[in-house]
Formats: sequence, structure tokens, C-alpha cells
Amino acid sequence: MTETPAIEGWFTTGSEPALLGSGCTECGNIAFPPERDFCRNPACAGEAFEVRELSRRGTVWSYTDAQYQPPPPYIATSDPYEPFALAAVELPEGLVVLGQLAGGFGVADVKVGSPVELVVETIYTDEVGPRTMWKWLPTESSEARASDRGDSSGQGPATSKGESA
Amino acid sequence: MSTEVAIAGVGMHPWGKWGHSFVKYGVAAARAALDDAGIPWADVELVVGGETVRNGYGGYVAGSTFAQALGWNGARVATSYAACATGAQALDTARSRILAGQCDVALVVGADTTPKGFLAPNAGERWDDPDWLRFRLMGMTNPGYFALYARRRMDLYGATQEDFAQVKVKNARHGLNNPYARYRKEVSAADVLNSAIVSDPLHLLDICATSDGGAAVVLTSMDYARKHGLGQGDAGPVRLRAISTVTPTFPQAVIDMPLFSTESTHLTGEPQRTFKESIADAAYEEAGLGPEDVDVAEVYDLSTALELDWIEDIGLCKRGEAEQLLRAGDTTVGGRIPVNPSGGLACFGEAVPAQALAQVCELTWQLRGQAEGRQVEGARVGITANQGLFGHGSSVIVSV
Ligand SMILES: [Zn+2]
Repeated sequence: MTETPAIEGWFTTGSEPALLGSGCTECGNIAFPPERDFCRNPACAGEAFEVRELSRRGTVWSYTDAQYQPPPPYIATSDPYEPFALAAVELPEGLVVLGQLAGGFGVADVKVGSPVELVVETIYTDEVGPRTMWKWLPTESSEARASDRGDSSGQGPATSKGESA
Repeated sequence: MSTEVAIAGVGMHPWGKWGHSFVKYGVAAARAALDDAGIPWADVELVVGGETVRNGYGGYVAGSTFAQALGWNGARVATSYAACATGAQALDTARSRILAGQCDVALVVGADTTPKGFLAPNAGERWDDPDWLRFRLMGMTNPGYFALYARRRMDLYGATQEDFAQVKVKNARHGLNNPYARYRKEVSAADVLNSAIVSDPLHLLDICATSDGGAAVVLTSMDYARKHGLGQGDAGPVRLRAISTVTPTFPQAVIDMPLFSTESTHLTGEPQRTFKESIADAAYEEAGLGPEDVDVAEVYDLSTALELDWIEDIGLCKRGEAEQLLRAGDTTVGGRIPVNPSGGLACFGEAVPAQALAQVCELTWQLRGQAEGRQVEGARVGITANQGLFGHGSSVIVSV
């Protein structure tokens, strides 16, 4: 079955996936999720935007995980629930974007400042088929983990559950 | 022209999980505040209600709901919603009308009944609502955001989970003797560290609960207070010196609940200060005071680690130094600059529209010397701080 993004128009798929931000045609302000209505810049009254692919690589601003299954509308990837990690990532465009860490990676795999790269993974399946979402893949000092985490669609368990768990 | 008004009376309904309507808590708090002020309900000229958005119709019309429950007295009415800053915005509305000379006595009330279990978005698919989308697409919960801030403190400033636990230990001790606190029990660092991790690095006991509760404040003009001899002897009443309810300044460069991202800094460069810093700055500027004047602070400890962030945001120490204050006992009652002598959200749990008013109630008792069992000796200036969803935040400064 064809995989489709869980939300339309926020990211591209394929071998080099990227977030789709917006660029204000008046002042050039970059925003993500893509701005549709009003430019955020208080010095600009722009209401027209062009699609702008954001950098695929950034550095971790901070990170955490979800040890308990979040309430709906979250849809668990697996049953029983497997914890996943999240990171807020600074991009060269000057903004920080949240996302889960790629499957199989946990909080022990990153630090503030760690480099990460955008990947796309399946997060759930609905009546349309498998649904994908962007995630952040740690790219440094995690090569060993990357090689043993198996399937790159990545739905494995987080490798760490917090330092004092 | 004076920009001060008098805090004539304060009152609260104890926080808990009582299962009653929010109106009951609000009315109890209002009656307590009016008794405290010695002002009859019939003399109140303006009622401002802090509304909640989780309790349906009644919550949306909070001002008139409280006015009707107290018995229609013809007072004017207003209602505020500003997330966690709701109470401060309601106070600001009351203060404005008093300072404009349009009334002398105003009653401000906030109360909430919280749902059972997790705070989660309302039912239904809402693909244009970031608060819904963050759960659906990322499983990002409120503690998830608190945990991002906490982890950043650890990696940048060397904070430890033990430090976070010590904030809980301190606040639990502060709240022991507070009759309005929901949790009045000593907590050890081991209790915190042995509780389950919710969102790394935060444990269950690092994160505040949600509660039922109500708080009320009676404000009067300074003239009215003088004429009626309000306050304690020569000292007069506690004075409201500043209310800051500023919104963020573009670009909002710190990731904020419930959003996916920050605003980009590429047009402007890094902003000089964060939104939370600007909230307190505006209060200091309005009061003509600075952090060095503050004797006691009530800040929004949604998580233990967030209390440490706030201590820096309101200027009590430099960025990255809050752990040193904590470890030295400076922020404990009896220390140099006590923080959350009420016990904070750690002992109360959050009752959103009441919480900013509860902070003001506590500071009023502190400045009057009535905070039995948790008194900050000789406190003359106090500050509150909080931040909520959608660009809301507030800081209130009071003094004797
Ligand atoms: Zn623009």
C-alpha cells in the first residue's frame, strides 16, 4: 500500500525528505508549519507565501520522551505501547522544530547540540493506508545503534528509558 | 496620577478534588475576601470573573455567574480569559476602572473544576488546530514541553534530577502549614526520584497536578482605603504596584506549548530577551522596582525544573545560577529570597483561572505577616509570575 503523509503539505517524502516551510513574498520571513494567512513579522502585512524547503539537518535544542502512552488523538504505533523519544531541533533557518526521534533511538542517543537529519517513518495506518510523519535521526556517535535497529521504517522500541529508570 | 490600588481583601477556597461546581469555590473565595476586607457585597461596584474553558457554558460567563450566585446587586460585570494569566488579566481590568475613577470597590474571582485524568484536547478531528495536531502527529504532551526545558537546564547548566527533586522537597515543606494547599505532606528526594519517569528527565512527582479551587481579591481605590481605614494600622493596606500582561515580541524563539516550532530569528537575529523575561521586566518597569527589591516570589512551577527557569526569568539570579540558590537554601523560607512559600503548584495543583489570583492572595498574607507557618519575615515587596498558552503570561508586584 502507498504511504502518504499524515498531514498534507508539511513535508516531502522520498530519499531526501524535507520540511515544507513558507517564505513571505513581502519580507522573506520563514515559517513552519507553512503560513497560509498572515505573515508573523509585525513589520509586514504580507499575506502571500511561497513554499520553501527547509534544511534537512539541524542540531538538538532539547529532547525528551513519552514513557506513558499519550491520550487521543495520539494513535499508538504498536500494541503494547512502546515509549518513543522527541527532540526540538534548531535549523539553519533560525527556527526550532519538534519531532519524534527516529524509531529505535532514545534520549541516551542525543545531547543538546547533537546533529540530526530529517527522515520519514510510518506512524499509524488508517483507512487510506500507512501514514507517515517526519522524524529526527541522530547522525553522530550512534552509527552502531543505527545498524542494529533493523528496518529503517523504524518502529522498534526506544533504546533508553531515562537515566534513572 | 497614582497608579496604585489597595488590596483590601483576599480569600480562597481550599484546593482539592472536591467534585463541586466551580461556582461554589468562587463564591466561597469571594465571601472570604469580602469578610477579610470588611466590605459588604452590596458595596461592590464591579465584579470581574476569571473564566475557564473546560467547564462549558457556566465557565464562559464567569463574571455574571459569580455576581448572580452572590445575589444580583447591580454591579457592573466583566469576564477575562488569558489561560494561566487569567486572574492577573481580571485584576488588571478591575484596576483600570478604579484608576479611571469609575468605581471604588471591585471584586475579582477565579475558580475552576478540573476534569479527571489527563489534560487532553476536546474530541473531534481538528486538522487546523496545533493543540490537536501535536497529540495526533507527535504524541507531544504538556509534560513533554516541561521536560524539554528541564533537559536543557541539565545539558547547559549542569542541573541534576536531584536538584529538581529538591525543589519538590522545599515546596512540599512550605505547603505543610498552608490551609489552602491540596497536598500537605513532606516529600523526600527519594520519593521523587523513585516515582515513575513521565517524560525524561521528569518524574511523576516533578509535575504538578490539576485541582479544583477558587481565589478572590477585593481591590479598592487608595482614597477609599484611607477613608475606611483599611489595612493594618499605620502600614495601610498592601498595594498593587504593577500588573504585567504583555504578549510576546516577534520572534518568539523559545518553543512553546502547544506549538510545533518557534518563529524564525533569521530576519532579526536572536531576540535580546525571552517572552518570560519580558513579562517580569514589564512589571518591574511599571512598579519602578527591580529584582533587588524583591523579598518573596510566587512563580508558576508547572514542573520543579520550571521553578528554576522562573527564578532566572524574573531576575533573582543570572541564567544558569538558580541551582546554586536552591542548593544554598536561598529559596527556602528563612533563606535570602524565598520562592513559592505557599508551596506553589507542587502543593496546590493547577486550577487555571484561580491560580494567578492565588499567587496574589499568598503574597498579600506574606506582606501582612499573616502567613502562619510559612512566613517570610519582614517581606515588603513580592512578585508573581506565570505563563500560559497562546501568548498569555503575567507578573504582579505588590508591596506594603
Ligand atoms: Zn512578511
